[in-house]
Amino acid sequence: MSDIPQELKYTKSHEWVRVEEDGTLTVGITEHAQGLLGDMVFVELPEVGESYEAGQDCAVVESVKAASDIYCPVEGEVVEVNEELEDAPEQINVNAYHEGWIFRINPSNPDDVDNLMNADDYTALVEAEEH
Amino acid sequence: MPYIPHTSQEIAEMLSVIGVDSIEQLFNEIPPELRSDGLDKIPSSRSEMQVQRLLTEKSMQDGTPLCFAGGGAYEHHIPAAIWEIATRGEFYSAYTPYQAEASQGTLQVIYEFQTMIASLTGMDVSNASLYDGASGLGEAVLMSVRANRKAKSKRILMPATVSSVYRQVVETIVKHQDITLDIIDFDRTNGTIDICKLKQQSEPFVALVIPQPNYFGCMEDVHSLTDWAHEQGAMVIGLVNPVALALLEAPGNWGTQGVDIAVGEAQPLGIPLSSGGPYIGFMACKQKLVRQLPGRIVGRTVDLEGKSGFSLTLQAREQHIRRSKATSNICTNQGLMATTTTLYLAFMGRDGLQKVAASCVQNTQALIELLKTSPGISFPFGTSVFHEFVITLPADVEQVIEAMAEEDIVAGINIFQYYAQDGLENALLICVTETKSTEDMAFFADTLNKVINDLTGGAQ
Amino acid sequence: MTQLNEAVIEDKLIFEASDFTRKSSSLAPDIDVDTVAKSLPEHLLRKSDLQLPQVGELQVVRHYTSLSQKNFSIDTHFYPLGSCTMKYNPRACNTLAQLPGFAGRHPMAHSSMSQGIMSCLYDLQNMLMEATGMKQVSLTPMAGAQGEFAGVAMIRAYHDHNKDDARTEIIVPDAAHGTNPATAVMCGYKVKELSTNDQGDVDIEALKAMIGPQTAGIMLTNPSTLGVFERKIKQIADMIHEVGGLLYYDGANLNAILGKVKPGDMGFDVIHMNLHKTFSTPHGGGGPGAGPVGVSGRLQPFLPVPMVALKDGQYYWLTEDELSLSIGHLSAWMGNAGILLRAYIYALLLGREGMQRVAEFATLNANYLLQRFADAGFEIAFPERRASHEFILTLRKEAKQYGTNAMDFAKRLLDYGFHAPTTYFPLLVPECFLMEPTETEAKTDLDGFVKAMELILEEAKESPEVLKQAPYTLPVRRLDDVKAARELDLNYYQSHAE
Repeated sequence: MSDIPQELKYTKSHEWVRVEEDGTLTVGITEHAQGLLGDMVFVELPEVGESYEAGQDCAVVESVKAASDIYCPVEGEVVEVNEELEDAPEQINVNAYHEGWIFRINPSNPDDVDNLMNADDYTALVEAEEH
Repeated sequence: MPYIPHTSQEIAEMLSVIGVDSIEQLFNEIPPELRSDGLDKIPSSRSEMQVQRLLTEKSMQDGTPLCFAGGGAYEHHIPAAIWEIATRGEFYSAYTPYQAEASQGTLQVIYEFQTMIASLTGMDVSNASLYDGASGLGEAVLMSVRANRKAKSKRILMPATVSSVYRQVVETIVKHQDITLDIIDFDRTNGTIDICKLKQQSEPFVALVIPQPNYFGCMEDVHSLTDWAHEQGAMVIGLVNPVALALLEAPGNWGTQGVDIAVGEAQPLGIPLSSGGPYIGFMACKQKLVRQLPGRIVGRTVDLEGKSGFSLTLQAREQHIRRSKATSNICTNQGLMATTTTLYLAFMGRDGLQKVAASCVQNTQALIELLKTSPGISFPFGTSVFHEFVITLPADVEQVIEAMAEEDIVAGINIFQYYAQDGLENALLICVTETKSTEDMAFFADTLNKVINDLTGGAQ
Repeated sequence: MTQLNEAVIEDKLIFEASDFTRKSSSLAPDIDVDTVAKSLPEHLLRKSDLQLPQVGELQVVRHYTSLSQKNFSIDTHFYPLGSCTMKYNPRACNTLAQLPGFAGRHPMAHSSMSQGIMSCLYDLQNMLMEATGMKQVSLTPMAGAQGEFAGVAMIRAYHDHNKDDARTEIIVPDAAHGTNPATAVMCGYKVKELSTNDQGDVDIEALKAMIGPQTAGIMLTNPSTLGVFERKIKQIADMIHEVGGLLYYDGANLNAILGKVKPGDMGFDVIHMNLHKTFSTPHGGGGPGAGPVGVSGRLQPFLPVPMVALKDGQYYWLTEDELSLSIGHLSAWMGNAGILLRAYIYALLLGREGMQRVAEFATLNANYLLQRFADAGFEIAFPERRASHEFILTLRKEAKQYGTNAMDFAKRLLDYGFHAPTTYFPLLVPECFLMEPTETEAKTDLDGFVKAMELILEEAKESPEVLKQAPYTLPVRRLDDVKAARELDLNYYQSHAE
């Protein structure tokens, strides 16, 4: 069973979301997801200033054997992207929840984050998928 | 039975292992009402000797005419060694190199191909081939739109000096992507893009296509065109003849920045005319666009002992992984043609390719000189050309072509059919490559004069 | 021997053998380049370096001959790649297609000067119509994916012509080739993925739920990519037709049914054929292919041009002048004419009788292999089903027990002198091998292949590391694909610029 930190929120499409002190949301893909995809070779980042709806694809992570869309977990505007991933996409493999973060958004509606899964629900989802 | 090695003893053993009595039983999951064994309209099997005789007759039926047609397919000398090597079973009957360790030959050849195409076009990276130049141009248009996803416009400026057949193919390929192809007129006096009309374009556009040399054999002012398009915030797609690039500036060096995508037909590099195919499209681009490049790409890497080797890379762009979001649906490409192209460029080398190109230019000018004295023939776009030129005839162009065919000459291409609206009445596009001798050209000119004389009743 | 040789002669790229002071070619015309260049506009001349290798003729021959020897191929190895139909490519097809009268013909040569090749193409059109039960065939698509594009574009043209523009979706099974969804998108459609049941058939209930007035069509392969015949094809065809959609047949697996069932009889409206599979034209290390399309009567007006037609004993190019609703041109001329010619020659050699034997022996070989593998203790993905011309093994048990995945088995097979089957496709079956032996393989080679797999299974049990490090005997050991993608080296001169 892979690492699923309690303090984060999750989506069905395997993104994690951290609520920062300033109300912005940091987004990445989970430890479980990076394990499925394998060694990352490229990350296509969203553009800062661009707005996305919840569930809209806004980035792509690419491994040798797969390319996977990253969906915006809630509606909002991208305020920062992790440019280090351009040269070191493997950060997602090394530490999915910290150095491997992908982008930060300013949510249109801060309450939207409450609709995302908590760690227990996500754990159940991963367990169900593994069967 | 052709190509089936089974003995009856073996068939019996195999059926017994499977646990059925007959081969027929193996088809028992197919609903009987769908079954049809009828192939009545297909002829009975023939021996190789019979087929050889039949095909030899068919191949000789139309003679081996002297060819002065170009227009996207060019007759060049093909070194004998090329096809001897390309049709070695190890190249000819191998599959796509998905199992890299068992395909290092094909993979290294493609890596060398990519390097040669990048070098020839002056671009950073090349893919492993597309079907042909025309569909390659279609892919280039799709790629330019993809690379400009944020742009509101999906408008492509497509000069009328691009082959009309190519424009038709592009139209077929891109028409379901809401892409607009706006045709840019040409200058009636010199046969190149009408710069004034081009610069009147006020609406934004994604890319400008620049052919070099263009369909009429004329040379576009590629540097100023490239810079102008870039100043408008658009991309540039260079459509180039690879032989001409031995003498003409590479698209990667057009203007101050070079084009963004270079594309073309590599048939002139060692591939027979063969009624139009198989040919090979090539495509190269700037490094920053590499993830938008369609088709296969080979990269150099190392094995687990650190030894250099090659494998398909960036496969996540492709349909077998990315499915509906792939850069293109292309799967099978023109692999064997990439091998022949690589062989051609390796055999000819830099000096050889330059000599072939120079010989084409020289021979073309030689035929032009001969035709200048022909009564009734004119050169609507002048004679500053690479290895093709347009003449207008004082007789019906189709009749001239047919009469020349009677004399075993492919006279050229009737381009009046494509440019009927543009005043190119009875225009013929003629190509002369290094394959034509002085005698061939004299025969062409004499025959053309005679044919015109016959058709015009000596009025010329 | 090889080892010693490697110690003194390094594997080189052709560029590393180049020397620009070398002048030895007899292949180019003797001409003074600079003089001619002066006649061209000075500002358009090439000023940048033209870095093409200068190598002697023998050295080039030896370089590429030596590279060829690093390949597996049908001519040298058993090559059971599922879905690829790696059958024997008869040499006669190549030799005859390269006769000077064919090879030297310009595509714009007047049709009066092209009657020979046109007669071949015309006959091929007719033979393919008969073999598939379709009303008309157009030969121009240059590969399977282009045939798919032509097919879906015709479906779209048909609906557009009927002003039926609410049809925005194409249904594609989850097991389909990636080209299917990619093609549907190129034609401006949304892709709806259809699930498969545990018997490998289309999930009819799921299909029912997704069809309607928005359905433009469905793309199916039959036998499917799972190696089994879709038994409810007629019911599926009726369901799709009832809601006004059309059926597309992906001809990737036509080898399985040639002379047994015709796609036209199954209810398909449009099909493509991969002549580089069923009709044995060479794969050439990735191409060229040929992907002719066949249609039922209602799609006939939309076929891509040109086609070959016959009038008053003369063959002529049938173009949009006659077929005004055509989806248009897909290539500058007649597609991969030289490949079509090879397929025509193959069809003549096989004839009616030979064609019927194709599906029979492809199916016999596949079912024999399947049973041998089942007997050897391998897990068959659809054990209840009859194999078509191919079938799937799943190595999930071996992956779990020994830590050796399908790729490890594949790489070890190379050491035993067999090309690996298709791995990790279809994506539905974990750790899968899709195996297609084709009709031209002899029983002894199939037996050898089974033996190799049995030995590898033993190795997996005893010393799984042997598999994980394989291959050992090929020109290179296992390659680092991650490095290849992260540190792109696609161009020698760019990556090795001094």
